Amino acid sequence: MKQIEGINDFVVKFANVNGSGSASANHLFAKAIFRMGIPVSPRNIFPSNIQGLPTWYEVRVSSKGYLGRRGGVDLMLSVNPQSMEKDVASVEPGGYFVYDSTKPLAPHLKRDDISYFGIPLTEMCMREYTTPRLQQLLKNVVYVGAMAALLDIEFGVLKSLLNDQFKGKEKLISSNVHALEMGYQHATETFSCPLPIRLQRGGNVAPHILESEHILMNGNTAAALGAIYGGATVAAWYPITPSTSVVDAFAKYAERMRIDPGTGKRNFAIVQAEDELSAMGMVVGASWNGARAFTATSGPGLSLMSEFLGLAYFAEVPVVLIDVQRSGPSTGMPTRSQQSDILAAAYASHGDTKHVLLFPATPRECFDMTVQSFDLAEQLQTPVIILSDLDLGMNDWMSPPLEWDDNYQMNRGKVLDADGLDKTENWGRYMDVDGDGIPYRTLPGTHPTKGAFFTRGSSKNEMAVYSELGEDYVQNMDRLLRKFETAKTYVPQPKTHPPIKVTKPKTKQKLGALFFGTSASPAYEAVEMLAEEGYPIDTMRIRAFPFHISLDEFIHGHDRVFVIEQNRDGQMRRLIINECEIPPGKLTPVLNYSGTPITARDIAGQIRQALNTKKADVVPLHTETV
Amino acid sequence: MSYVMPKFRHPNLPKNDLGYTIADYDGSISTLCAGCGHDSISAAIRNACFLSSIPPHRIAKLSGIGCSSKTPTYFVGKSHGFNSVHGRMPSVATGASLANCDLTYIGVSGDGDTASIGMGQFIHLIRRNVNMTYLVANNGCYGLTKGQDSATADLGAVSKYGQTNPFDAIDLASLAMLQGASFVGRSFSGDKEQLEPLIRAAMAHNGFAFIDIVSPCVTFNNHPGSGKSYAETRENLDAMSMDFVPMRKEIRAQYDAGTTQGVTLHDGSVIHLHKASADYRTDDRTAAMISTQKAKDEGRLLTGLLYLDPNTQDLNQNLRLAARPLNTLGKDELCPGSRVLDSINEGLR
Repeated sequence: MKQIEGINDFVVKFANVNGSGSASANHLFAKAIFRMGIPVSPRNIFPSNIQGLPTWYEVRVSSKGYLGRRGGVDLMLSVNPQSMEKDVASVEPGGYFVYDSTKPLAPHLKRDDISYFGIPLTEMCMREYTTPRLQQLLKNVVYVGAMAALLDIEFGVLKSLLNDQFKGKEKLISSNVHALEMGYQHATETFSCPLPIRLQRGGNVAPHILESEHILMNGNTAAALGAIYGGATVAAWYPITPSTSVVDAFAKYAERMRIDPGTGKRNFAIVQAEDELSAMGMVVGASWNGARAFTATSGPGLSLMSEFLGLAYFAEVPVVLIDVQRSGPSTGMPTRSQQSDILAAAYASHGDTKHVLLFPATPRECFDMTVQSFDLAEQLQTPVIILSDLDLGMNDWMSPPLEWDDNYQMNRGKVLDADGLDKTENWGRYMDVDGDGIPYRTLPGTHPTKGAFFTRGSSKNEMAVYSELGEDYVQNMDRLLRKFETAKTYVPQPKTHPPIKVTKPKTKQKLGALFFGTSASPAYEAVEMLAEEGYPIDTMRIRAFPFHISLDEFIHGHDRVFVIEQNRDGQMRRLIINECEIPPGKLTPVLNYSGTPITARDIAGQIRQALNTKKADVVPLHTETV
Repeated sequence: MSYVMPKFRHPNLPKNDLGYTIADYDGSISTLCAGCGHDSISAAIRNACFLSSIPPHRIAKLSGIGCSSKTPTYFVGKSHGFNSVHGRMPSVATGASLANCDLTYIGVSGDGDTASIGMGQFIHLIRRNVNMTYLVANNGCYGLTKGQDSATADLGAVSKYGQTNPFDAIDLASLAMLQGASFVGRSFSGDKEQLEPLIRAAMAHNGFAFIDIVSPCVTFNNHPGSGKSYAETRENLDAMSMDFVPMRKEIRAQYDAGTTQGVTLHDGSVIHLHKASADYRTDDRTAAMISTQKAKDEGRLLTGLLYLDPNTQDLNQNLRLAARPLNTLGKDELCPGSRVLDSINEGLR
């Protein structure tokens, strides 16, 4: 049997029972690899359950710095009998299977094309520890110790991580270090360590990664920091996976950074609302009154907020909504990732509505775009929806450090204060003075005699006076469209890369690929794979809606464009077809909607298949007979 | 009805402490049906704001959807208003009051807006004790959609179309007391003498102040058999009259001993209650709930200040918000800067 080999290039997966304390041990494993300077991307693949069901932790190690999922598992560590059969089957031929050998492995779990490493984890812990709690918790740490030996993780790094984690709690540090040593020692004594797949500091890691000062953080924490730095003072929300940690993190940082030094009181308000309707109502009320306010939710919450989003669009109230997407429809798969709220967000609410969308792809972008969303919402006086997802929001990503320019000034948009009102003749709330579709706002309480108006969801004329006249309504709706055109120049523009040079291309077609958010990392990897096979594909990463003109140009400049996304219906593809009026045949969907993040191998496979498939003959339309 | 508001005003209109005349508290002309109870409520709010010398532009008016919710255009036109979403005004008011604690918030809702579609938000608004005055113009029917029963229509009331309502009414005032509202009143749009001081006291109250106001719908619910017609309401009214004395004013109305009760509000103003019966207590929630229920059982509509706890903590206090309104904070107060971010980065390595 040929075993899989590789330095700093492999996929490890842990199969655990949820609620057993495995998360922090698995995190320790991934963080140790990160501290060794080796690119790593860990992912929790977990059930909608608190205790007892199968959960996995997949760790991709990639010397080139690919952070998306590759596909396939090289080493499986399984301590969950419930899922063991499938876990064994999922290992790549030549791969490795590490398991708790306290009970012998059932014969049907034996494969002859993978290597087995049995460690009597339960037995070792029963012998070593007296309480069931310690036996349970430290078992996880014991297997991390064994993995350190098998994969050559620097033991000192693990120790220093434990020191950081349990600072000042010496007893905890020593018991954890002891558990690590037990596992490490058992593995070195029992197996030939390290394995042909292993880690090596420096090694073949790309120089630009070695030199950078990367951080490891999740997107939700980054978005929360963005809200702090962007000046948000009101957060209203309703708990929903996978967005809950956005507000949790906002609360944590705000308690540290937003306390008035004189009085010890809070310069922020967080309200856990009774539902998402109310959460959005509070954001609308606070923003109307001139505070920077936001909410965080996921698909079902977005549905509930739709009515208010229509009001905010039509009444022109700034709103920031962070949607951490999960699998829908309905409750769908609440702990599984998807990019399937695109259309629901773009056109949320009844009547003619369109909303500004931002698509972060990294924690750094979650931070930057959240800051920017407050500026955009106030500049454009409209809702801005940040479409993150579970994979980005809840998993740790290696990211360039967050950066802050101390010269940043909040852009509050066109707001007239008392002076401004005194200097303005003939002010009307919905007048397009500058021709960009953006009118001038006033805040309640500003001026004793000027600037008061009635905000409403019903139609009105330029002076904000109720009107059902067709011409007033049309004028207003057309101005809103003009404003949306202006938005194209305000939102983040797409990212392109210089085309990949392929010496002997196998196709004469000009190929392009479009993607966004968490589809980007595996898409870049797939494009590189295909380039090596002779298929050069240009890429464009979409970062916002409304689409920039360069998206049209990109599509028109290519013969065939793949749209890579994580939903069933190709929602981004449809949005592009709809908004840019592109013939649908030009855009080929590349989709994954399994709930687990899309892999590079999957993308490459779908594109390969599409390129090798001849165009289907056009089936003639049958004449309808009555 | 008239479609044009006359611009002429008497040159010697009386002025309030701030120098404003009642004309400064006018709104645009009402588009409701002639004789609508809601217009009397709008007038009472206007008069209350004038008498209490609240600067017009420091008032924020909020409403949901329905006939009642159209009314904020009809009073205090110099203030901002927000006609929001059906049943969702409470959340908008909550957000607004978090953003700026320095304005006087007046919410106007209806029985459909509050007791049906907005029931969830209403209850949670009470629970949070948002500092605002919340008025329900209660006519027992859906006016804008032509007279369907609402959830406050009385049991056995007959609709304009001749149907008898088989469901018991939701009593918003009792509900508010049950949920712990710190100021609960009930009144009648036709009882200006009671309604005006009640609204003034509500605005002076620190915390959530609720007034359920029976406000007959002249078009769809003012016939014999309706539980909320002018005639029916007048017939069964059991009204406590009252006076409101703003802070720093030593005007004391004379009442017979034993029949008045003075309650000092948060801002130092005093509401004098002229009690319907000598044993009525506004400071005892349980007793107030029993009295309200008893009156209902006897077919009487008890109106006035039903319950008041002048010493409550409102939402902003409970959240320990700084005194300075959140919407006035700038980058210096809000943005921790690059050095802090650098140290956060360091912790993530």
